[in-house]
Amino acid sequence: MSDCRRQWNREDELPVYFAGPITTGPNQRKSFGMFSSVEGAFESKTIDFDNYAVGRKGNRTPRSGSRERLLDTGDPMGKTTGGTRQGSDSESNAARDADESRAGVEVQVLSEKTSPNGQDERLLIRGGRVVNDDRSFFGDVYIEDGLIKQVGENLVVPGGVKVIEANGRMVIPGGIDVNTCLMKTFLGTQPVDDFLQGTKAALAGGTTMIIDHVTPEPGESLLEAFERWQEAADKRACCDYSLHVDIPLWNESVKDELEVLVQDKGINSFQVYMAYKDMYQMTDSQLYEVFSFLKQLGAVVLVHAENGDLIFEEQRKILGMGITGPEGHPLSRPEEVEAEAVFRAITLGNRVNCPVYITKVMSKSAADTIAQARRKGSVVFGEPITAGLATDGSHYWSKNWAKAAAYVTSPPLSPDPTTPEHLHTLLASGDLQVVGSSHCAYSTSQKAIGKDDFTLIPEGTNGVEERMGFVWDKAVAMGKMDENQFVAVTSTNAAKIFNLYPRKGRIAVDSDADIVIWDPDIVKTITAKQQQSAAEYNIFEGLECRGGPALVLSQGRVVYEGGKLQIQQGTGRFIPRKPFPDYAFQRIKFRNQVSSKQGVTRGVYDGPVHDVTPTPKYITPSPSAKTSPTSHQPPTVRNLHLSNFSLSGAQIDDNIPRRSGHRIVAPPGGRSNITSLG
Amino acid sequence: MSYQGKKNIPKITSDRLLIKGGRIVNDDQSFHADIYMEDGLIKQIGDNLIVPGGVKTIEANGKMVIPGGIDIHTHFQMPYRGTTTVDDFAQGSKAALAGGTTMIVDHVIPEPGTSLMEAYDQWRQWADEKACCDYSLHVDITHWNDSVKQEVDSLIKDKGVNSFQVYMAYKDYYQLSNSQLYEIFTFLAEKGGIVQVHAENGEIIAEEQARMLQMGITGPEGHVLSRPEELEAEAVFRAVTIASQTNCPLYVTRVMSKSAADIISQARKKGNVVFGEPITASLGTDGTHYWSKNWAKAAAFVTSPPLSPDPTTPDYLNTLLASGDLSVTGSAHCTFSVAQKAIGKDDFTQIPEGVNGVEERMALIWDKAVTTGKMDENMFVAITSTNAAKILNLYPRKGRIAVGSDADLIIWDTDSVRTITAKTHNSAAEYNIFEGMELRGAPLVVICQGKIVLEDGKLQVTSGAGRFIPCSPFPDFAYKRVKARKQLAVLRAVPRGMYDGPVSEFSMSRGGTPSASARTSPTKQPVRNLHQSGFSLTGNPAACGESSLLTNRAFSKSFDGYASVTEAFYCTLILLWSGQKAVMEYLS
Repeated sequence: MSDCRRQWNREDELPVYFAGPITTGPNQRKSFGMFSSVEGAFESKTIDFDNYAVGRKGNRTPRSGSRERLLDTGDPMGKTTGGTRQGSDSESNAARDADESRAGVEVQVLSEKTSPNGQDERLLIRGGRVVNDDRSFFGDVYIEDGLIKQVGENLVVPGGVKVIEANGRMVIPGGIDVNTCLMKTFLGTQPVDDFLQGTKAALAGGTTMIIDHVTPEPGESLLEAFERWQEAADKRACCDYSLHVDIPLWNESVKDELEVLVQDKGINSFQVYMAYKDMYQMTDSQLYEVFSFLKQLGAVVLVHAENGDLIFEEQRKILGMGITGPEGHPLSRPEEVEAEAVFRAITLGNRVNCPVYITKVMSKSAADTIAQARRKGSVVFGEPITAGLATDGSHYWSKNWAKAAAYVTSPPLSPDPTTPEHLHTLLASGDLQVVGSSHCAYSTSQKAIGKDDFTLIPEGTNGVEERMGFVWDKAVAMGKMDENQFVAVTSTNAAKIFNLYPRKGRIAVDSDADIVIWDPDIVKTITAKQQQSAAEYNIFEGLECRGGPALVLSQGRVVYEGGKLQIQQGTGRFIPRKPFPDYAFQRIKFRNQVSSKQGVTRGVYDGPVHDVTPTPKYITPSPSAKTSPTSHQPPTVRNLHLSNFSLSGAQIDDNIPRRSGHRIVAPPGGRSNITSLG
Repeated sequence: MSYQGKKNIPKITSDRLLIKGGRIVNDDQSFHADIYMEDGLIKQIGDNLIVPGGVKTIEANGKMVIPGGIDIHTHFQMPYRGTTTVDDFAQGSKAALAGGTTMIVDHVIPEPGTSLMEAYDQWRQWADEKACCDYSLHVDITHWNDSVKQEVDSLIKDKGVNSFQVYMAYKDYYQLSNSQLYEIFTFLAEKGGIVQVHAENGEIIAEEQARMLQMGITGPEGHVLSRPEELEAEAVFRAVTIASQTNCPLYVTRVMSKSAADIISQARKKGNVVFGEPITASLGTDGTHYWSKNWAKAAAFVTSPPLSPDPTTPDYLNTLLASGDLSVTGSAHCTFSVAQKAIGKDDFTQIPEGVNGVEERMALIWDKAVTTGKMDENMFVAITSTNAAKILNLYPRKGRIAVGSDADLIIWDTDSVRTITAKTHNSAAEYNIFEGMELRGAPLVVICQGKIVLEDGKLQVTSGAGRFIPCSPFPDFAYKRVKARKQLAVLRAVPRGMYDGPVSEFSMSRGGTPSASARTSPTKQPVRNLHQSGFSLTGNPAACGESSLLTNRAFSKSFDGYASVTEAFYCTLILLWSGQKAVMEYLS
C-alpha cells in the first residue's frame, strides 16, 4: 500500500495533519453529497491503483485467459437499503455470472446416478495438488458423507461418483475465519450481515468455517447469550461454525457459567477487553483472575488489546477540540495505545503462565511487541485481520463521511501506509499466526448514529469474503509466503489453536470435507456491487485481488463453483471444541511442572523486632500491607530459647552502628582488584 | 596542601580556596586549569590566576577535579510506621559527602489523603535543621484530586519543586489508575514539571504476593518472586505510552532490570522524551542475595523494584549508562536497621523497603564503568552530576565547573582502592549490601559550598549547613523537544458537509449507557430533524472555521514562550505515533 501516500497528492484525500491552511480554501467544494457511495468516490482506486505498486503485477495487460470476475449482480441497489436482508432460503445465485464457465474446474459425473444436494454425495477431486501446511503433493481426494475418505493416487472408488477435475490446481483445506461478529449488537442495532449473509460471503471467499463472537450485554448471562447465538446460527448459517464467548464483566456467577460453557457446551475460547472503559473493560487484577481461571479450564484467552483508560481521555480531548468526524477515531486510539495493551496482556499471560491470543493486530508496533515476546518464549498468538492486511487508515480523512465511517473499527487501521506489508511479513515469518476478518458490517445509516460524534459510530469493517484472496495477493503472489504457510495462516493454525485439528484445517483421511480448489490466476476487482455482504460500502473498493477460490466444498458438497453459490440456509453445524488445545497448552503444561517455586528454609528470626505502632486508617505504612492476606501486625512475641539466627559471623560483634571517617588504606603497591569483582 | 595565610573567620562567605594543578573534567571536555573559589562560588578558572593573599591552596597534582555528585534520589529520615529510617538528613548527607556527592534530592512522601504542602514543609524543616550539603526535593503524588492539583501548582510556582513522583505500584495505597496518571501527566506537562514514575504493575504484584504467601513463601525471596522484572518492564512501557500521549517528559526512577532498561532505550530510539535512573544497588549488585540463608542479609536487599536475580544485570545497566540510554544515577538510599526490617520476618510483604548506596554511588560507577573501559570520565561526570542538574533545571549552577557555578567539587583519586564494609561506612545501618566489595576510585578532597569537607580522609561536616536549592519548571533538557513538538503538528477536523442521509434507529436506554463512549461524549445525542437542514455544500460550517482559527492562533502564539504553552496545549496535539514519521517523509 505504499502507493496510497502518493494518491494523496492527486485527490482531496490529503490526511488532515498534512492539510495546512492551504487546503481550507474554497476548493474543497465538492459536487456530490455525503451519501454518494459510488459516484467519483473511488475513481482513483480502480485497477490502475496497482500499477503504482513496485515490483508486482506491473504492466499487467488483461490476459486473454484471465478469469476476471467482473460480474454484475443485476441489482446492487437492492442491498444498499441497509437493514433489509436480501434473499432468504437456499439461495442459488445461479443468475450471477454465467460467464464463469472457464473456471478451469470441470465437474463430470461418471455414471447416471447423481444426487445434487444429497447427504451421501460422493465426490472425487482428481488431479489436484493437495496443499497442507506441511507439504504439497499431487493426489486425488475422495469424499463421502462429508468426510475425506481417501487421499492418494489411483484411488479405488465406487462407481457413480461425481468427479471434479482439478487440472493441477491447488486443493487446500477450506479457510477458517477466526473472528467474525455477525450478531454484535450496537445500541440496539444489529449488523446487516447476519449468519446467512455472512456465511454466504465466507463461502464465496473460500472460507468454510467461521468462529463468531458471542458478545453478551454486560449483565446478561453468558449462557443465555450463547444459546441465543447458537439458535440464530443453527437456523441461518450455511457453513460450519463455532463460537467464542466474550466476557463483559467478571464475577462469581460468570465463573460457573464459564465452567459450563467449557465442559458442556464445547467452547474453549473467551475474549476479554482491555478497552471500552466503564463497559467491557477489566482491571489488571480482574484480568489476572480471568487468565488464571481460564488456564485451569484449559481455554484460550482472547484479548482485545487497547488501553481503555487512555482512549477515554483522548476521546474527551479530541471531542473537546471540536473533532467529531471519523478521523477522531484513529486520533484518539493511536497505535502505541494498542502496543501498550498488548505488552501488558503478554506480561499477564507470562505471570499466569497461560496462552494469550491477541485479536485484531492492527499496527506495526503491536505486531512487533508480539514478535518480540515470542522470541522471549511467551506463548502468544497474534491475529491480524483482512482490513489491517489490505488497507490502511488514511481513509479516515476522506471527505466522504460515509466512506470514512466505513473504516471505523477498533483498534483502528493504522494511518501508516506501510503497515499492511509489515503485517504480511510477520505472517509469513510465523510471528503472527492466524488471519481473521473481524467481519462486522453495518450499513451507512447505522454508521450514521455517530454522525455528530465519532465515539458513537458502530465499529466494524467487512472482510470475510476478501480474507483469503488478499493474503494470497499480498503475501503469496508477492513472494513473501509459500503456499503451505498460506494454508497455515488461513486455516491450519486456527484449527490447531482452537482444537479443531485435524478435523478442520487439513486434507487428510477422516477430516471434514471442507475443501477449496484455489485458483491463483483469478483476478477480480473488489467492489461493493459484487460482494455477498449486504453492506453498501466495501472498504477494499477498487482494489484488485489476484487469487481466489474456483470451487468450494463445504461438508462434502459443492457450494461455490465458477462464481455461483449454491447454499442451503441452516446447513451449518456447530462444531464443539475441547479444552486444552495442544498447540497452546503443551508448553504451558511443561512450564507448570518446571516452575514450582520454593521458599528458602531458614531458622526462625530471633533478633530484635522494631515495634510497630498500631496503624490508624490512613497510616498503613507498608504499601503492601493492605493487599497482604496475612495479618497486619507481625507477632512481637520473642522466644529467646529458640535461636537459629546468626548475623553471619562477619558482623556479629558489630554493635557499634557507625564509625565515621574511617578509611581503608590501600595495600602497598596498589593492587588490581578486577578479578575479585563479582 | 599548605596554608598560605591565616584562616580568618570560619564563615562560608570568607572562604577562599585555590585548587592548583588539577585537570578539570566537565561533561563536555577535560582541561588543565586552576580554580579559584570565593564565597561558595567559582570565581576564576584558568592558568596563573591572580588571587588575593591568604588563600588556602590545594595542590591537585594533576588529579581530576570534577563537579560534585548529585544524588537525585534519596529517602533520608523517611517516616515509616511510626519510626524513621536510620539515616536522617545529617547522617545521610554526611555519607553523601564522604562519597563525593555534594547535593542530594530527597523524596517528600505525603501519606495518601494528607496535604502535599504540609509534608513539603515538614521535610524542609527536617532538612534545614540537619542537612550538611545542599539539597532539593521531589514531591510524591500519592493521591490525586483537585486540591492536590492546586498544591502541585503552587509547589511549582512558589516552592521550587519541579519534579513529582507517581506510583504505578502499591495497590490500594499509593497506586494511581491510568486515567489519573493521564491527568497528572497532562497537568505537569502544562506546568513544566517532570513526572517521575515508580514503574511496577501493582495489581499483578498484589495477586502474585497473595499467591506466594499462599504457597508458604514468607522470606525475602518472596519479594523478588512476586515482583518479577517483566512487571517492571510492563509498567515502564505503559508509562512511556502515557507520556507520549500527553507529550510530557518522563523520568523512570529505579531502573532495576535489563528488560525495563531495554524498554527505555527503545522508547528513546523512537524519540520519546524519557530518562532512566538506575540506582547504586542495581549497578553494583544483584538479586541472588534474596536467597541467602541469613535472613537479615537477605532482608537488607529488599527494595522495590527488586534487584534482578540475573547476575549480568549490573554490567548491562552500566553499559546503557555509558551509551547514554540511561541518563542519571541515584542511590534510592533508604536504610533500615535489622530490627526494623524484622517487622516483616514472617511476611515478606511487611519488610520495609530500602537499600543503602548514597556513599558508594560515585566510586561504584567509577569502578564498574570507567575502570572497565565502558565509559569515559566526561560521561562519568554527566551521569553522576551534570544530567541530574539539567533535569532539575539547576544547570549550570550545579553540575559544572565554570565561573559563577557553585563551588561544589571534588578531587577524584582514581588510584585509591577501598573495601566497602558496614564497619567503616558513614551510614547508620548495620548492613551494607555492597559488603566486601573492593572499589577503585574515591574522592580525595570534597569541597561543598566552597568549604573543604573531606581532606586527608577526615570528614568535617556542619549539620544544618545545607541549603534548599529551588528548581524552576520547564528545564530545557526535558522541555525543549516537548515544546517544539507542541508546535509541530496541529490536529484538525476534516471539514465535511453535514451528514444528511438516513440514520438507523438505535436505543440508548438499556440500563444506563450502552456505549462505553456515550458517557464521555460532551456532544448531545444525535437527534435527527428532517426539517432543519444544516447541510451545505461548502463544507465549511462555523465549527470548522472556528477550530482552524483557534489552531492558527495557537500556532502563532506558542512561539511567544511559556505563557501560551498552556493554551496551545489545548488546541494542539502532537502526532507522536507514526504520523510523525509520515510528516517527516512528507516534508522531505
